[in-house]
Amino acid sequence: MTRHVVAEASDFADREIRRVEAGGKAIALVRVDGAFFALLDRCPHGGAALSGGRLAHQVESSGPGDYRICRRDEMLRCPWHGWEYDLKTGQSWSDPKSTRTRAFAAENVAGDELVKGPYVAETIPVTVEGDYVVVELP
Amino acid sequence: MNTQLRPESGENTRLRLVDCDIHPAQRTAGALYPYLERRWVDHLESFGTHIRQALVGQLAYPRMSDGGMRVDAKPEDGPAGSSLELMREQHLDPLGIEIGHLIALGRGGMEERNPELSAAMARAVNDWQLAEWLEPEPRLRGGIVVPQDVPEKAVAEIERHADDPRFVQVIMSTRPNETIGARKYWPIYRAAEAAGLPVGLHPAGYSSGKPSTGGGWPSFYFQEHYTFVPGSQALVTSLVIEGVLEAFPRLKVAIIEGGFSWAPALGWRMDRHFDTFRKEVPHLKMKPSEYMKRHFWWATQPMEEPKNGRHVEEVIDWIGWDRILYSSDYPHWDYDNPNFIFKFPLDPERRAAVFGGNARALYGHA
Repeated sequence: MTRHVVAEASDFADREIRRVEAGGKAIALVRVDGAFFALLDRCPHGGAALSGGRLAHQVESSGPGDYRICRRDEMLRCPWHGWEYDLKTGQSWSDPKSTRTRAFAAENVAGDELVKGPYVAETIPVTVEGDYVVVELP
Repeated sequence: MNTQLRPESGENTRLRLVDCDIHPAQRTAGALYPYLERRWVDHLESFGTHIRQALVGQLAYPRMSDGGMRVDAKPEDGPAGSSLELMREQHLDPLGIEIGHLIALGRGGMEERNPELSAAMARAVNDWQLAEWLEPEPRLRGGIVVPQDVPEKAVAEIERHADDPRFVQVIMSTRPNETIGARKYWPIYRAAEAAGLPVGLHPAGYSSGKPSTGGGWPSFYFQEHYTFVPGSQALVTSLVIEGVLEAFPRLKVAIIEGGFSWAPALGWRMDRHFDTFRKEVPHLKMKPSEYMKRHFWWATQPMEEPKNGRHVEEVIDWIGWDRILYSSDYPHWDYDNPNFIFKFPLDPERRAAVFGGNARALYGHA
């Protein structure tokens, strides 16, 4: 495990998405509400750099005509085809078939009960040490 | 772990990639003015453009993102697709595209109802392609945009560029005033065939005022996005059944961004009815699927992604591995990177054909 300083925390705005490099790998580094997240900067579906994307939320529905925004800014949305990856786990949540199935259930579905999509982006441990953002690479 | 189906780089350079669908955008509303007579500049300033749809200058449906564009493809000084530098930097150079075909779908005459303006806009967009894309970037090739509903002007436009190898095909609206196989358009097919230029058909939204499905206007963009399929099916059935391909046996047609997975089923269905309906269409001398196989080429993007990728392989087995053309659709949101589009392994011969060889053969590239 090697540790790499990739940014200065004071220089990193809330909701910023930045491409950084460490150990020869491109990483999409994201800050949300003080927490940092790092994903390998390549979408496993189509190969885009995820750092060119935007933060995304999910929308829950108990049926036609009803919707609620949830999990605000907890996902990174690919700049090309729009696949969305959980910042914490790298798990894709963009399987439309599964989310549509759930949308017709009568109960309020918690985010972690939604069926996960087929792609997983590689996550990288990230910490803040003093003033610096540090990622750990195997 | 990332699911990496193939090595990311290196192989492309050996593939000699030809990209059959790149969209250049006009940087400003007046981008074509240098290529128009003063009379038409005044006209556009006074009356505007795009009068074939109700919402002038608007998209009738909200697109997936950024007006249908890749979020990362917008240059600082214009819309996505308007910067040759950025196109080189994020597409042509890193992927090692050797030849890229421009499909100029923006303002350009296909959508105008005013016949003279339509012809002027077509001339202008073709001169714009030459001056601002083809001359500065030798990897790019143009498509001759024609005012299809003024066929004599369309023929003149084809003839104006037919001897220029930088133009490789004829681009006409996929939603002309009549069905695309109607006799009205045959002079265009005659001219394209005589010039040895394929006709490229790329569905483009909802121009011409007709609903984008036979069932009316869709309610969601998800629903609208799918309409390129039935729209393209209508093009193929029209060209086959109305007799265009019997009248012009050397005509070549590329279906671009219309998909291809539906082609076998359409061929089967038309063939099934051919024996009983042929008295209605005695001009057809072969089965419909035989015209499909003789005349059509199919661009890859956007490709279906079934859980079992081999289903796509079976579809292409029917169509023919010599008829599939790699296309990226840069800079649109559903852009396809060649390393990721096939979810099943291709042998080297098929890879070479799909990613460049087939396009070189169809368009006569060296």
